[in-house]
Amino acid sequence: MSHIVVFTRNTPDTAAKVEVGADGAVTWGTAQLVLNPWDEYSVTEAVLLRDAHKGKATVLSIGAETHNDALKQALAIGMDEAIRIAADAEHDALTFATLAAAAIRKLGDVSLAIFGKEFVDSNSDAHIYMLARKLGWNAVGAVSKIVAIDFAAKTLKVERMVEEGKQIVSTRLPAVISVLKDINEPKSPSFIGIRKASKANIPVWTAADLGVNNAAPAVKVVGFRNLPVRGGNCEIIEGATDQEKAEKLIAKLLEEKAL
Amino acid sequence: MSGIFVWIDHFRGKALPAAWEAISAAKTLEGEITALVFGSGVGNLATLAFHYGAHKVILCDDPSLADFRLEPYAALLTKLVSDHAPRAVLSGATTRGRELLAAAAADSESSLLSDVTELSAEGDSIKAVRPAYAGKVLSEVASTSRTAFVTLRSRAFALPAADASRSGEVIAVAPAIPADQIATQVEAFEEQRGSVNLTDAAIIITGGRAVGSAEGFAPVRELAEVLGGAVGATRAAVDAGYIPYAHQVGQTGKVVSPTLYVAAGVSGSIQHQAGMRTSKIIVAVNKDPDAPIFKIAQYGIVGDLFKVLPALSAAARAKLGK
Ligand SMILES: Cc1cc2nc3c(=O)[nH]c(=O)nc-3n(C[C@H](O)[C@H](O)[C@H](O)COP(=O)(O)OP(=O)(O)OC[C@H]3O[C@@H](n4cnc5c(N)ncnc54)[C@H](O)[C@@H]3O)c2cc1C
Ligand SMILES: Nc1ncnc2c1ncn2[C@@H]1O[C@H](COP(=O)(O)O)[C@@H](O)[C@H]1O
Repeated sequence: MSHIVVFTRNTPDTAAKVEVGADGAVTWGTAQLVLNPWDEYSVTEAVLLRDAHKGKATVLSIGAETHNDALKQALAIGMDEAIRIAADAEHDALTFATLAAAAIRKLGDVSLAIFGKEFVDSNSDAHIYMLARKLGWNAVGAVSKIVAIDFAAKTLKVERMVEEGKQIVSTRLPAVISVLKDINEPKSPSFIGIRKASKANIPVWTAADLGVNNAAPAVKVVGFRNLPVRGGNCEIIEGATDQEKAEKLIAKLLEEKAL
Repeated sequence: MSGIFVWIDHFRGKALPAAWEAISAAKTLEGEITALVFGSGVGNLATLAFHYGAHKVILCDDPSLADFRLEPYAALLTKLVSDHAPRAVLSGATTRGRELLAAAAADSESSLLSDVTELSAEGDSIKAVRPAYAGKVLSEVASTSRTAFVTLRSRAFALPAADASRSGEVIAVAPAIPADQIATQVEAFEEQRGSVNLTDAAIIITGGRAVGSAEGFAPVRELAEVLGGAVGATRAAVDAGYIPYAHQVGQTGKVVSPTLYVAAGVSGSIQHQAGMRTSKIIVAVNKDPDAPIFKIAQYGIVGDLFKVLPALSAAARAKLGK
């Protein structure tokens, strides 16, 4: 029996133009909130493993009610159950890890937690490692392939990518992993899944339910600002031939010490 | 509360440039800089750490640390932080650096400021600027814990000048957990063929969907070779199977910040821009004069990449005498 969990949440669509408004708040216009694109891989992997190993797959989100959409989408793709853990919008990765670890302990029988490689808006790549340490579990990030997994023997062997190349790494379960896009072909929500998700009642656990004190986050967000304005002054290199344009451009780049 | 720790990321004894850049970042904070060198047979890195500006080195040289594994590395870093209470622990935001600092920050209930591009000390607090929403906006963050763990975006801080006359005290320490208690084993390693580390590259030549095929990348590769740069790609080119994912630049690929970024046959989607808009000089080669990439480029050539890139390679060869 294997119990696999996935953590996910909503994020503004990647095509959104994100800006800081006059009031200092981050806005993304009318763009939709979607399941974090990286989590399409983690959700799919959990569903595939659940099917292959006859277990259970639970999806969790930490945050406000807006994340129910991400949970429902994960249910529609094939997760068995969804739980939301209520938390302030402004929680840092450490608060996340404390709550997530308590939730996994409450579930009791979890042997694998799967994350997407990163969250497209925070890109901290921190959540998996912090959670693993809070649970005293092993962590392997950037997994491109599960080579072997044996829930009964509690063993896991994966292929993982580092800057220099590919590693084969083995470790013991329970473990936390994060997955890259090579891991699978993301599943789309199924018709039955969508129906099930639309009817799903998503339970909410609070920090108090989990016996966690609501401490202030260790990282304080002071504010947001827009990127320095870039462009508006592109110099189009003119010339009679490509050869002439190329020579002009190389000369300019040398002048700017870019080469 | 005193002193700054800098963890030196290396692969088999070869340090990543981001490790030395972290010493530059440490210099912007006040205090003694201690380089942490973990590995097996890595005494040479201690010597180099002094050359790049460390005042002290804590060296843990042990066979159990030969390959980076989170359990022994995090246990050791957590122990050192608890023993010395540094004000900050810095590392490049490399694959290993992100893992290690996140884990040790969780162990020590401390704040983690990740992927930082600017750093400062304000009273007791460490403040930083980091890109948020995939680099579409900047976020100012501050640490509230005794020790701040900070990972630094590659190339956001300059590589310090090395001074071979510098040296200092090396403190040798033992590993924090015995080898037989480490569950994780690295069983095999396969080097990526012709791998160029995009995040470290000073020059990147990127091909988009317009290259049309795997062979179509030839003029992109040629220019990269002539200029000593790395090859990047858009997601459209990766998804079409022209080139492996490791080359993808953008919101769901690598975030890069080279001195020169040449985008050829790239429209300049918002997701692609998220990965390259902090490049110092952006050059766009596109046959559509209205392509959005021209809006963020400093120089543009309107034309066919299959003609313009070879012309650039030829011109560069002539000028650079290659
Ligand atoms: C969740 C999500 C995440 C994404 N993440 C990323 C990411 O990380 N990185 C990324 O790059 N994209 C990403 N995308 C995709 C992004 O939206 C664009 O589809 C993609 O960047 C377009 O790639 P392109 O510029 O190569 O192709 P196109 O947009 O098709 O542009 C091709 C360009 O080539 C020009 N051209 C054609 N022929 C020639 C020629 N012979 N010579 C010169 N120019 C020519 C055309 O004028 C055009 O401007 C993501 C999308 C989503 C939904
Ligand atoms: N509040 C949250 N609830 C559930 N999952 C989360 C939350 N925050 C981040 N994650 C997941 O953590 C992973 C890594 O995020 P990050 O460490 O920020 O790159 C992603 O797969 C996210 O979906």
